[in-house]
Amino acid sequence: MKYVIAGAGPAGVIAAETLRKADPEGSVLMIGDEPEPPYARMAIPYLLAGDIGEKGTYLRKSKNHYKDLRIDYLQDRVKKVSAKQREIVLDGGGRRAFDALLIATGATPIKPRVPGLDLPGVHHCWTLADARAIAKRAKKGADVVLMGAGFIGCIILESLLSRGVTLTVVEMAERMVPRMMNDKAAAMLKRWCAAKGVAVKTGTKVTKIEKSGRGLTVHLDRGKPVAASLVVVAAGVKSNVGFLDGSGVKVKQGVVVDDRLQSSAPGIFAAGDVAEGPDFSGGWSVHAIQPTAADHGRIAALNMAGHPARYKGSLAMNVLDTAGLISASFGRWDGVKGGDFAEAADKAAYRYIRLAFDGDRLIGALALGLTDHVGVIRGLIQTGVALGDWKQKLMSDPHRVMDAYLARAYA
Amino acid sequence: MQKSLLIDPGKCTGCLQCELACSYDNEGVFNPAKSRIKVFNFHDQGRFVPYTCTQCDEAWCLHACPVEAITVDRASGAKVVADDICVGCKVCTIACPFGTVNYNQSTGKVMKCDLCGGDPECAKACPTGAITYVDADWTGLERMRTWAAKTDAGQRATA
Amino acid sequence: MAWTGKILRVDLNRGTCKDEPLNMKWAMKYLGQRGLATKYLVEEVDPKVDPLSPNNKMIMATGPLTGTCASTAGRYSVITKGALTGAIACSNSGGFFGNEMKNAGYDMIIFEGRAKKPVYLFLEDGNAKLLDAKAFWGSSVWDTEDGIKKKHGDPLIRVASIGIAGEKGVKFACIVNDMHRAAGRSGVGTVMGSKNLKAVAIRGTLGVKVKSPKKFMKAVAAGKKVLADNAVTGQGLPAMGTQVLMNVINEIGALPTRNHLDVKFKGAKNISAEAMAEPRKSDGKANLIRNAACFGCTIGCGRVSAIDRTHYTVVNRPQYQKASGGLEYEAAWALGAATGVDDLDALTFANFICNEQGMDPISFGATVGAAMELYETGVITKKQTGGIELKFGSARALTDLAELTGKGEGFGAEIGLGSKRLCEKYKRPELAMQVKGQEFPAYDSRGIQGMGLGYATANRGACHLRSYTVASEVLGIPEKTDPLTTDGKAGLVKAFQDATAVVDSAGICVFTTFAWTLNDIAPQIDAACEGNWTVEKLLEVGERIWNLERQFNLAAGFTGKDDNLPKRLLKEAAKVGPAKGLVNGLDKMLPEYYQLRGWTKDGVPSNKTISRLAL
Repeated sequence: MKYVIAGAGPAGVIAAETLRKADPEGSVLMIGDEPEPPYARMAIPYLLAGDIGEKGTYLRKSKNHYKDLRIDYLQDRVKKVSAKQREIVLDGGGRRAFDALLIATGATPIKPRVPGLDLPGVHHCWTLADARAIAKRAKKGADVVLMGAGFIGCIILESLLSRGVTLTVVEMAERMVPRMMNDKAAAMLKRWCAAKGVAVKTGTKVTKIEKSGRGLTVHLDRGKPVAASLVVVAAGVKSNVGFLDGSGVKVKQGVVVDDRLQSSAPGIFAAGDVAEGPDFSGGWSVHAIQPTAADHGRIAALNMAGHPARYKGSLAMNVLDTAGLISASFGRWDGVKGGDFAEAADKAAYRYIRLAFDGDRLIGALALGLTDHVGVIRGLIQTGVALGDWKQKLMSDPHRVMDAYLARAYA
Repeated sequence: MQKSLLIDPGKCTGCLQCELACSYDNEGVFNPAKSRIKVFNFHDQGRFVPYTCTQCDEAWCLHACPVEAITVDRASGAKVVADDICVGCKVCTIACPFGTVNYNQSTGKVMKCDLCGGDPECAKACPTGAITYVDADWTGLERMRTWAAKTDAGQRATA
Repeated sequence: MAWTGKILRVDLNRGTCKDEPLNMKWAMKYLGQRGLATKYLVEEVDPKVDPLSPNNKMIMATGPLTGTCASTAGRYSVITKGALTGAIACSNSGGFFGNEMKNAGYDMIIFEGRAKKPVYLFLEDGNAKLLDAKAFWGSSVWDTEDGIKKKHGDPLIRVASIGIAGEKGVKFACIVNDMHRAAGRSGVGTVMGSKNLKAVAIRGTLGVKVKSPKKFMKAVAAGKKVLADNAVTGQGLPAMGTQVLMNVINEIGALPTRNHLDVKFKGAKNISAEAMAEPRKSDGKANLIRNAACFGCTIGCGRVSAIDRTHYTVVNRPQYQKASGGLEYEAAWALGAATGVDDLDALTFANFICNEQGMDPISFGATVGAAMELYETGVITKKQTGGIELKFGSARALTDLAELTGKGEGFGAEIGLGSKRLCEKYKRPELAMQVKGQEFPAYDSRGIQGMGLGYATANRGACHLRSYTVASEVLGIPEKTDPLTTDGKAGLVKAFQDATAVVDSAGICVFTTFAWTLNDIAPQIDAACEGNWTVEKLLEVGERIWNLERQFNLAAGFTGKDDNLPKRLLKEAAKVGPAKGLVNGLDKMLPEYYQLRGWTKDGVPSNKTISRLAL
């Protein structure tokens, strides 16, 4: 069997490793378009914070990891896929035939239509190259504007702060991390950031960025312009699907896959940020998160190698450390029609929890300032355990979610 | 044969000697808050439930780690966090459906049970035999795994 | 080192919380917890102060071993001038609160003054603040503890609080932590209530260190083995709890019954450990659910019990149908034998209420016993009791009064005075079975002679935990002495008093001494703490503490005349059992005791003793 994997992020790498285990005889080719060995974008904030070096971001630490597993690695980019011919065309001009193809090409940052985003000193924070550029400008005391306070923006926020910059965050939506938090939690987060010396402007748009002297001026739709020597753009990401035009592979937000991670074209699979797969909470979604990439990669690979494996759907979940305030969200934290919520907040201590139920089952949660045993929230949601009398206990004190888990699922 | 921690809540008196031993071994101080094993107290039922990682085969923590900081110790089968590699991203803490990986704010790393290299201190410290380290067959691990399988993102093929 | 080296001073007048360094010079002389906090109290409080005035202080103190993995090392004590006694009070508690305080970074918390409005202290890893307790004032201990955890969104917070008893000035109110562990005696909860301090809530994650970890782990392991191998600490206490004593003490005719009118209780077997473990007819379940341990305890003597759901006390009251802290021997005795009640579930219910509303079951039960005698002798009638037929043996009277006293209502308010004040009020002071205002615990000193001297001289009033010579006189630990003679008891009592002062100052539980001697304890303290802690040095520390407490009491106005027992025990002989015909021979023991202590014949430490102990 000839396996080709387009993309060398976590989904691609885990798929390659799983393929090697599942089919010791097959050939595995992994194609990545960046010059570095496969690395974790998730680790970039820690690189910027100086906690690790570039090597610390690499997905696999052993020098000959891929070679040892007989995984061929090619630095190139897939330009075209032909489902019928069962081959791919590379940017570099080559072609490769496949018996099974995994599309794991990830996502790229969205570039909003704002004049000035191409100026020097304006960067995304997505690749190691971006990180190097940001590190050069984000010196102690530098004025930095962070455009976007979504999930990625908030993670970068932490590392920028740790570099000692003066930070202004501009977010279009009325609250921070709008897709992961409700108003209450987001307001706490904003207050926390303000207390850390970050100027957070929500409900504010960047209208244009101009060069002024040696720096930049960031114009806003409300309030005074802000001077900056660095602007970091974190306005969301989109799946890398452009190269699939005309391939015969069905694409919506991402590559639409079934519960075997197979696309509309037999033998072509997709995984990770590029895949629009079964959503545990219903329907199909792109969940651009690490655990989904890992699950996708593994399950897609098993199916590619002919070991049937079904996917029960990815659960939207995130954990975020924003300048020391840790938050997490799971599943349908925004609830479903007719479902109950349990909520508890201690504003002074920056602690908040909200649980969403469907009947007596947990379907989502939102937590701020809580870290111990948060994983059981995933467990409770994905196993769909009936909480019985513990539902009422949680309605009264949602902080007892670990007790509920132990009582209903474990013991 | 692989060994596992066998936990019998029926024998637990809730003394927390396991937490003391665990925190001492891992942190060099007595600090239950930093223990990898936790005893939960169901006060109004008179029940104490010691709880820690079962070193499950699925190893969600390991797979979710973006930087390969969690690996399998071949001798003990434990999923072990390498502190020098962990960046503290906490993804494993939400990925583990058992909630047994916790973030340690003072080190900026995550922590979980590593079976103390195959000689778990909690089992040695338990005065009532509620925590023992025995051949995996005896641990009721299968029951845990059945539950774990429900959470599994996909059916595992026996590749 | 094992001390955190830091104390928290909470000024309730001003509403401030301040850190200060621990006085290490004093720590070297008084070790910690009971001894060290007494030193602070003696230095800072006028012994003549009204216990309920803002000028009294209340100290919560851990020992150097508290929070380590030494067995039972989770203890803390509350030191103040007792509301019940007017003497030095030191009430020791287990559970998990002591460890939490240590892990939050403090050896001690000193409360001074009085808050204008009810407050509670919230302490999290070195950050302390006083918060409004309006929402919790008027609540039970159980609701307060639950409410605080819920409010702060952390089920792992540990809480020590007072119930309504402490708010209402019940003289034997206690401070309850972890739902059913109590700093129980002498009215320390009454003092806390007088300060408008509802609760102390703590979360600590800082860790506890010791001086020589390797040496310490070795000493601790050796200590644990001794406990495990000992019949009392390794088998008796885990299986039966302290209740193992009920039938034993009854057999030897030393179970004070019906306000000490008798020394044997017919119903003892119905309220014993054996009865707790027996399946009942209604549902086939036993009263006892399981044993439970305090922090770090490898003995695990605690009881978890549940009341028969069909019992009159809990029908339609689900909050009392759950499991909670079950009967310990002292509580079972006071609520049962002292009142003549042998309904196990009624006793368990009264015990729940004592925990829920924060009152000492020993003083409560004993005071009910005294009131029953007042009633049966016609001194009080239904007019005073509000219609309660207060006869010996009435379970209803006991449980009704538990609820009334816990809330300071009706005749419960009079029970809440304690037996001394109650009997004085009705002009029958001789019926109060107490010393220095504090009710006796569960051993009749006619049948266990040494306990009489121990009670008479205990610095906090009648108490078994200051010199538990029962160990020697009944159980033969460390060696058997004859409970019916006074010979050698002065020396025995002194030795127990000094050694116990050390145990109470170290952070460990006195029950370890069923198996441990100071030879087992000293290496653990020495490996944990700065300084050189030999058995000899510890004994000197113990004696020093005892004398310091004595000095406080003398300065407070007590004299040798207060080292006494009620007439009943000195004049009315035991009617049955091995002690039949005996009274307590206090007069034979006390002079020798004073002499051994190096006190004058009036019971005052001599100058020589004071200088020998560097007081």
